[in-house]
Amino acid sequence: MSAPIIGSSPNRVGGIARVTGQHEYVADILVADALEAKFVTIDCAHARIISVDASAALALPGVLAVMTAADMPQPVPRFGPQLEDRPVIAVGETKYHGDPVAIVVAETRDLAMQAAALVHVEYEELPAVFTLAGALDPSAPLVQDPSLRPKDRFASTNVLREHPIGWGDVDAATADVVVEHTYTFPMVTHFAIEPHAYMAAPDGDGIAVWSTIQHPNWLQKVIAQVLHMPLAKVRVFAPDPGGGFGGKQHAKYEPLVALAAMHIGRPVRLVLTLEETFQAVRRASAEVRVRTGVNRDGSLVFEDIVADYLIGAYADIADRVVGKGSYPAAGPYNVPNVRIMARSVLSHTMPSTAFRGFGNPQVNWAVESNLDEAARAIGMDRLQIRLHNLARKGDAFIPFDTPADGHWEQTVLRAAELIGWDSPLPEGRGRGIALGVKSGPTTGLSYSTVRLLGDGSVVVFAGTSDMGQGARTVFAQIAAQELGAPLGWVAVVMGDTAVVPYDQQTSASRSTVLMGNSVLQACRSIQKQLSAMAARLHGLDEAQVTMDRGVIHLPDRDLTVLDVLVPGLGRLGGELTGNGEVRKDADPTHPLSGAPAFFEFNCTAIEVDVDRETGDITIARHVTVSDVGKSLNPLQVRMQDEGAAIQGLGHTLMEHYIWDEKGRLRNPGAIDYRIPTSMDLPLELIGATIENEDGPGPYGSKGMSEGALLCISSAVGAAVRDAIGVPMRDLPLTPERVWRALQEPSS
Amino acid sequence: MATDMTNLGHIDLTVNGRHRALDVAVHHSLLDVLRDDLRLTGTKECCLVGECGACTVIMDGRTVDSCLVLAVEADGAQITTVEGLATDSGLSTLQQAFLDKGAAQCGFCIPGQLLSAEAFLRETPHPTREAAEEAIAGNLCRCAGYEQILDAIMATAEAGQQ
Repeated sequence: MSAPIIGSSPNRVGGIARVTGQHEYVADILVADALEAKFVTIDCAHARIISVDASAALALPGVLAVMTAADMPQPVPRFGPQLEDRPVIAVGETKYHGDPVAIVVAETRDLAMQAAALVHVEYEELPAVFTLAGALDPSAPLVQDPSLRPKDRFASTNVLREHPIGWGDVDAATADVVVEHTYTFPMVTHFAIEPHAYMAAPDGDGIAVWSTIQHPNWLQKVIAQVLHMPLAKVRVFAPDPGGGFGGKQHAKYEPLVALAAMHIGRPVRLVLTLEETFQAVRRASAEVRVRTGVNRDGSLVFEDIVADYLIGAYADIADRVVGKGSYPAAGPYNVPNVRIMARSVLSHTMPSTAFRGFGNPQVNWAVESNLDEAARAIGMDRLQIRLHNLARKGDAFIPFDTPADGHWEQTVLRAAELIGWDSPLPEGRGRGIALGVKSGPTTGLSYSTVRLLGDGSVVVFAGTSDMGQGARTVFAQIAAQELGAPLGWVAVVMGDTAVVPYDQQTSASRSTVLMGNSVLQACRSIQKQLSAMAARLHGLDEAQVTMDRGVIHLPDRDLTVLDVLVPGLGRLGGELTGNGEVRKDADPTHPLSGAPAFFEFNCTAIEVDVDRETGDITIARHVTVSDVGKSLNPLQVRMQDEGAAIQGLGHTLMEHYIWDEKGRLRNPGAIDYRIPTSMDLPLELIGATIENEDGPGPYGSKGMSEGALLCISSAVGAAVRDAIGVPMRDLPLTPERVWRALQEPSS
Repeated sequence: MATDMTNLGHIDLTVNGRHRALDVAVHHSLLDVLRDDLRLTGTKECCLVGECGACTVIMDGRTVDSCLVLAVEADGAQITTVEGLATDSGLSTLQQAFLDKGAAQCGFCIPGQLLSAEAFLRETPHPTREAAEEAIAGNLCRCAGYEQILDAIMATAEAGQQ
């Protein structure tokens, strides 16, 4: 038996291609005869399109088409993961700055850009809403055509949906102290370094589509529906994306590119610029009012939370983000009375979508910050108030849901120890601690196939997208461990819907748990076949043979896989095949249509140094501790935690969209929108994990890629407040905001 | 657009030790030429304004954002791209360190990070970690694998070669 590969950190599968430049992202793939596409957009958000004059563009040799809604199938196809409200191209009016009015297709990128600039769009600018206040004003223009949701009581407002949840009786509850404040969270964007890219090519009587998509099987369904093709005739290639973070989950411009390719009969390629990517994906901003009731002994009596999220012009997955993100808003605490009212509010901005943390960071910022205020109001230590109310394993902290599934107090105590919570604070510094909890996947369906080839090497087919989280490596580790192959003898095939079996999606930190279990199941099916083979070869009863970790145990000795496989397969060779299927069906009685497969739980503790002259914040110490069940690959776990933590420092300290009065994004791109660089790292970044092997995934693992981002703002905000003595309630905590807070202390 | 898209200029480049003679559109960047004309797609395109560092290459010993260099300006230059780092005997020490330390996650920024690190270590064979942080400050990584990238640079320096 070899050393266990589960729990070790081998070099990344796919790593060599990434350090040599060989890995082909979508924009690197050469498709012969491919045309280049470019959008035509207008210089405001909401406008009625009066006419589109493409004559000058079409007069350029090499320009093949300028397509508008009029050139699409009628009615213009609409799609979307929640509501089919998004047309493949603007129909009659634009709804946000960057909404494409036309798509130009030409022989070269130069020509496409030149031609796009020659398309003349006559339009009439219309009233628009870009803020929560504007969208919720009774006289606000409606973002969505009410006929898209007949019988919906909100159809004549800009509220897409309400998500009320709660228990106990907040109105009847009385608390010694009530603390109420309102907090805001900015619009931010994913900024995957790989901008979104799409290609489509007619393929016999079907179509091939390449995309930077996280959910290739979702995309396959959308394209099949838009083009009226059977799924089998739509082949989606999804090469490992260059970062996703949720922004690449759902179809965006693939249907348009596919229609253009079918219209012209040649491959069409559309690589978005970074600025266009900014106009395609973002996180919902939010305004959250929290009323926290607490008794003098520190016991939470109630949480009363109203959270408005500003989503965009189309639903995308944004309303699910609001519903699922706000659901655990009261935090990982036993609170007897909770009332949460979250609303998704439409606006004339680009559709917001999934983004690491999925709606949780917005409410966490508000509720955890308010808990600090409550602790101060009763004079209780901010760590103690959390430990006092924290759900212990098995507590039904959300009464109708999965109970707390970890020894979360261990996570909190470890973080407190690592930050030195009780140690004296150096002059000018402040400390904060915050907890984050997120519902994991509520449904899931992950098929896999594993082939054990005649020489003992293994091919895993899994439809997860490896966008940097390292899913290939983890699946290869599972197969290597179970089938006794060296890691270098395992190949993992992903990203081709014609070859790889169905996977619902790569999101919600699910893949290690759901697809991981599926791969494990497929490997165990092969183990059974090998055991049966060994029994047959050695004249034994099948019950006398067992197999684990690549070793086949006979009553009197152990055999390797090859000892059995080679004679078992015989002269013709061949292979053994195993299938996995992990299904988590929807539960219509559950508020989220399904209890989470696991919770992600994290505690972040921060020590800051604030420059009172400039308002500049230095993160002196950053501690992030996650309950991961079991680290299958400790290095990758650390990188996910660090990556989430640093990404979260972005929206905490520097990132935000800036709009002008016409709803034009003023800071798209890398110059005017800052994300953390190597110079913005905490002076000391300490990560740790709690591993009790109590998760539902392989070997006791839990999903873990979002946890370290959930409560980062709350922890930093608490530390800044501790340092400067003034509460901060609006993110990001830019030097200007901190400096102003220091000049004009508010209550 | 007034630019004449068909105006060509002749350039001679040495890319990863190989001489390349090309007629390029005069408005095309070095990045365009590397990716589209030479099909060296390891160099990545992201922001196109010299801020993200994904297109970093070494030109005559110094790192440049290849999106900001007109190809005709590179006439006569020696260029190293990510495809030129490995040798016949395998990955360079720096590449191997990136692999061993887990520096490459999604990988999209990694070619640029490697070239910045390569040029830095040639000039500063015994750096402090703080100096290494500055050296890659122009290379954004949204996976935020900066600690692992820095680990790889420092390990390479400690190995005493690049």
